[in-house]
Amino acid sequence: MSTTLPRPETTERPNYLNVDYSWKSWLFTTDHKRIALLYLFSITAFFLVGAVFAGLMRLNLLFPDGLFEHDTYNKFFTMHGVIMVFFFLVPSIPATLGNFLLPIMIGARDLAFPRINLLSWYIYIAGGLFAVLAILKGGVDTGWTFYAPFSTTYSNTHVILAAIGVFVSGFSSILTGLNFIVTVHKMRAPGMTWSRLPLFVWAHYATSLIQVLGTPVVAITIVLLMLERILHAGIFDPNLGGDPVLFQHLFWFYSHPAVYIMILPGMGVVSEIIACYSRKGIFGYGFVAFSSVAIAVLGFMVWGHHLFVAGQSMYASMVFSFISFLVAVPSAIKVFNWTATMYKGSITFDTPMLYALGFIGLFTIGGLTGLFLATMAIDVHLTDTYFVIAHFHYVMVGGMVLAFLGGVHFWFPKMTGRLYPEMWARLAAAIIFVGFNLTFFPQFILGYLGMPRRYATYAQEFQVLHVLSTAGASILGVGYLLPLIYLSWAWRKGERSSQNPWQAKGLEWEQSPTPPPTFNFDVPPVVTERPYNYSEEVEVGGY
Amino acid sequence: MTHQVVPVRTYVAVFAALIALTIATVLISGIDLGEYNFIIALTIAVTKGSLVVWFFMHVNQSSSLTRLFVGAGFFWMLILLMFVLSDYLSRGWLPGPRWW
Amino acid sequence: MADTDLSVASHASTALKHHFDDSEQQLESSTLGMWVFLLTEIMFFGGMFGAYTVYRNLYPAAFASTSHYMNVTLGATNTAVLIFSSLTMALAVRSAQLGQKRALLSFLTFTLILGLVFLSIKYVEYHEKWVDHHIPGPGFHYAEPQYFHQAQILFFLYFAMTGLHALHMIVGAGLLITLIAMAARNRFSAGWYTPVEMIGLYWHFVDIVWIFLFPLLYLIGRTMR
Repeated sequence: MSTTLPRPETTERPNYLNVDYSWKSWLFTTDHKRIALLYLFSITAFFLVGAVFAGLMRLNLLFPDGLFEHDTYNKFFTMHGVIMVFFFLVPSIPATLGNFLLPIMIGARDLAFPRINLLSWYIYIAGGLFAVLAILKGGVDTGWTFYAPFSTTYSNTHVILAAIGVFVSGFSSILTGLNFIVTVHKMRAPGMTWSRLPLFVWAHYATSLIQVLGTPVVAITIVLLMLERILHAGIFDPNLGGDPVLFQHLFWFYSHPAVYIMILPGMGVVSEIIACYSRKGIFGYGFVAFSSVAIAVLGFMVWGHHLFVAGQSMYASMVFSFISFLVAVPSAIKVFNWTATMYKGSITFDTPMLYALGFIGLFTIGGLTGLFLATMAIDVHLTDTYFVIAHFHYVMVGGMVLAFLGGVHFWFPKMTGRLYPEMWARLAAAIIFVGFNLTFFPQFILGYLGMPRRYATYAQEFQVLHVLSTAGASILGVGYLLPLIYLSWAWRKGERSSQNPWQAKGLEWEQSPTPPPTFNFDVPPVVTERPYNYSEEVEVGGY
Repeated sequence: MTHQVVPVRTYVAVFAALIALTIATVLISGIDLGEYNFIIALTIAVTKGSLVVWFFMHVNQSSSLTRLFVGAGFFWMLILLMFVLSDYLSRGWLPGPRWW
Repeated sequence: MADTDLSVASHASTALKHHFDDSEQQLESSTLGMWVFLLTEIMFFGGMFGAYTVYRNLYPAAFASTSHYMNVTLGATNTAVLIFSSLTMALAVRSAQLGQKRALLSFLTFTLILGLVFLSIKYVEYHEKWVDHHIPGPGFHYAEPQYFHQAQILFFLYFAMTGLHALHMIVGAGLLITLIAMAARNRFSAGWYTPVEMIGLYWHFVDIVWIFLFPLLYLIGRTMR
């Protein structure tokens, strides 16, 4: 029995945040919501590190003769890629928003394996420490793709340290995926059938399948890489009878599906946001749900499109090219269904919606340019140029990062119990959109004109486009900093939120308090209605 | 999950079959059958593995969900092997210099 | 008998985690989780099976040559040892299911011993390879110089695949020791023996990997010229 006066904050109801403030309760928590926040802080830190490397690259590229030593520039783009791919994008939405929301969205009290969830974060941090160690010891210069035999034989940087970091972080990804799969199969509340699952859950389920099936292959590839670097037996070294293309096959078997890990959760977020801010159920729910799984499955059969000019047989390349065309179809299905959802919807342009709309436009551009690259004849001209870089930044940044920011804003009240300042948020979204396009659209042109990627210097005629791109990057940087500032401020000082400030549908909004208690629900939920039940009558073609 | 208790003799019978198949595969491998050596050895291995999965790992009593995941695992490994092999096997179909 | 008939209720109720509705949901979740993990293991080994397949097809003559150095007797013995250990593991799970503590302890111990026998034979094999200078790296030497590089790659894959498998065996042995300790302290009952079952699945999987490794590495090249 306490004899001290209660602090003003404790007059609020107990929730997962205020139940215990000690650092032990955070570092040893098994609450999926706290683990989500641990991840959120960690990946934000890694994002900033990766962004610094991007800034250094763009600085170098202001000048045709470069600014830094070539070897140093190689380290910049390698660390930028390694950190952004493995320590930011792959965990981003699943480990933060997925961890936080998935159990609540299906009506569960936690994930199936809460301690494995915590272990997953520990492993992520351990992997991250190896990556940081590699940076501190001077960085790696192989590119995030670690191609052999340069990585195994000729590079004199700390390849093994970085490789261990990636290897270890892969297990974090596997455990998260495993947890999500079992949770979705076994922990749904009564009445939560598969066809009532929010599309966010479908997207994360599909992502988890990829994480579980693909990551082990890159893990073994990295093991072989490290063994080869030590023993020089020749498995990937043509001088010793090995085939470097084998490395590429094994590497891309994971790394292509990995890009779908890096986009599917974002698509799930966009579905939730579009439905809420159109006040309409997602058009073609079944198609959108199925398309997530289709992307996951087809995504495993296209990796050879990274090997078109590497010496892969033309016949295998044709098969990979054809399936690469196919995999664009489910993505397009989603875009059409989101558009149809908005048609005759009651649209408001709040910040999450701005991000979701930005996603649709920018992801479409990125996705379509992927088709150019999937066309073998065009790829011969465009591969390893800035066109590829622009393509994947349009889907990764214009797509996934925008979806991430949109999701963080959308569920910010749910996670913190506070509202963010809407005007600042819209301003930041606009700055990000402008900065992003200014950074990366010129790169399409650069690539088409022949500027190769991973080059520290370039021909004079490319300078204007590079300067535009660097200018855009500066603006983009400002746009990223703004949410960092106002969201941190809003967490402590923002206006308190009601349970459902957006009047959104879904168990997390309607049946779980804001912020949720440790076990998510005061009363165990029972699901009786269809998802996205925004209007009473069934819309034409709607769910 | 494992609701029914499996009698000891079932396990012993599976064990005996596995040993018998092992002896068979060793003996057959000593005979030169050309390409068939590989096919037979792999067939026996798949049979042995299936016996372990079906009986020792109780997939015979498992839900269709479990069976789906088991099947998916092997299917996915096949995707890896088949697509990678398709590259190497079809490289010779085009005229050109060979490095190996 | 006090040690063969453990009560169901108390163990089952304390083992139920708070986020599950009932122990059946918990058991189903654990089982599905273990199978998903084994899926990742299939893909983990699968990558190396892929590399092996590629080089076996690229270098058939070198492969035939290196096959002569594979000790089929030891390999076959190890196969039998592992199959036997799968039997004892299955019987261990069955004992747990029936609440038979003594039988459970016996079968777990048998499985552990067989696993250690496997690892010992593996050590003998590796030692043989070391004596023959067939370990990839600076000390590698091969009798037929025209196959030097290809043989080194093939031996590299041999060690990588069997080494990874042996590593999994060592982990499995550690898990068995944990199970034995838990069983000795009456942690299991007919109502709850999930770890025994889950580790059983893991052990059988490691056996299956060897069932494929053995013919691919030891038997295929025996009659190749």
